[in-house]
Amino acid sequence: MENMCKEELMKLIQTTNFALIELALYLDTHPECPCGLKAYHDYHHTFLEAVSVYQKRFEPLTIYGVHSDEYWTWGNEPWPWQKGCDC
Amino acid sequence: MWTYMKMLEYPVNIKTTNAKLATAIISQLGGQDGEKGASTRYLSQRYAMPDNRVVGVLTDIGTEELGHEEMVSTIITQLTKNLSMKEIEDSGFYQYYVDHTTGIWPQNAAGVPFSTATLQSTGDPIADLHEDLAAEQKARLTYDNILRLCKDEPDVYDAIKFLREREMVHYQRFGESLRLIQDDLNAKNFYAFNPAFDKKATCL
Repeated sequence: MENMCKEELMKLIQTTNFALIELALYLDTHPECPCGLKAYHDYHHTFLEAVSVYQKRFEPLTIYGVHSDEYWTWGNEPWPWQKGCDC
Repeated sequence: MWTYMKMLEYPVNIKTTNAKLATAIISQLGGQDGEKGASTRYLSQRYAMPDNRVVGVLTDIGTEELGHEEMVSTIITQLTKNLSMKEIEDSGFYQYYVDHTTGIWPQNAAGVPFSTATLQSTGDPIADLHEDLAAEQKARLTYDNILRLCKDEPDVYDAIKFLREREMVHYQRFGESLRLIQDDLNAKNFYAFNPAFDKKATCL
């Protein structure tokens, strides 16, 4: 993850996040499923690591990911809708 | 409480503006079967839900719908970015433009404002879950109608297809939730009492 570019790392975060959303919904109604639980913990591990690396190298993804002592960096980078059409 | 994550659930990156399409897709933000109604419905229904597993379903789907509001709003924003006055006048977008410019305001495709009168939170888990199953199907068919309108816009089509697919998954989970609630009832009396309200009426 240390060598991935910003776009690749964001894609990894989005895909693992989606897997976690989907697995959480499944586990809500199948709380004892061992396969679902294993998949959840596997993806969760990758997701947490990817978010941690992304926030250290690029930008905060939540307010808890602001690391600078000098500037509140929450608004530094574009917001998710500020892409597309001539960007 | 909630924590915002600064990313979309699924990427939206639209390269071509299309104001006419925006006037249709805004229904999935503020329309009868749109995402704002979905999140409001599920998050409101949680408080009367007697089964904590189903409260989890309502919380997690309601939260995902908030992310879908953001995706639909992003689609509208990108479809209407840097429009010329001629495009606004020619597209039918001018009626929206006169009140909201290119800002986001929840309404349906016909301009009717978002209203909670289009949804229910009844305090009865059986009724609420049937409402939720219907809501997912209605949202699915609205996305089907939108997909027919955006066949020539691959960037829009891709994001709408993702949102449509989520309605199918949510429908499945609400079906399982209804079964969980019904399994806790006396099988002869599924509809004889409200399990969130008539607590002592376990049988008739």
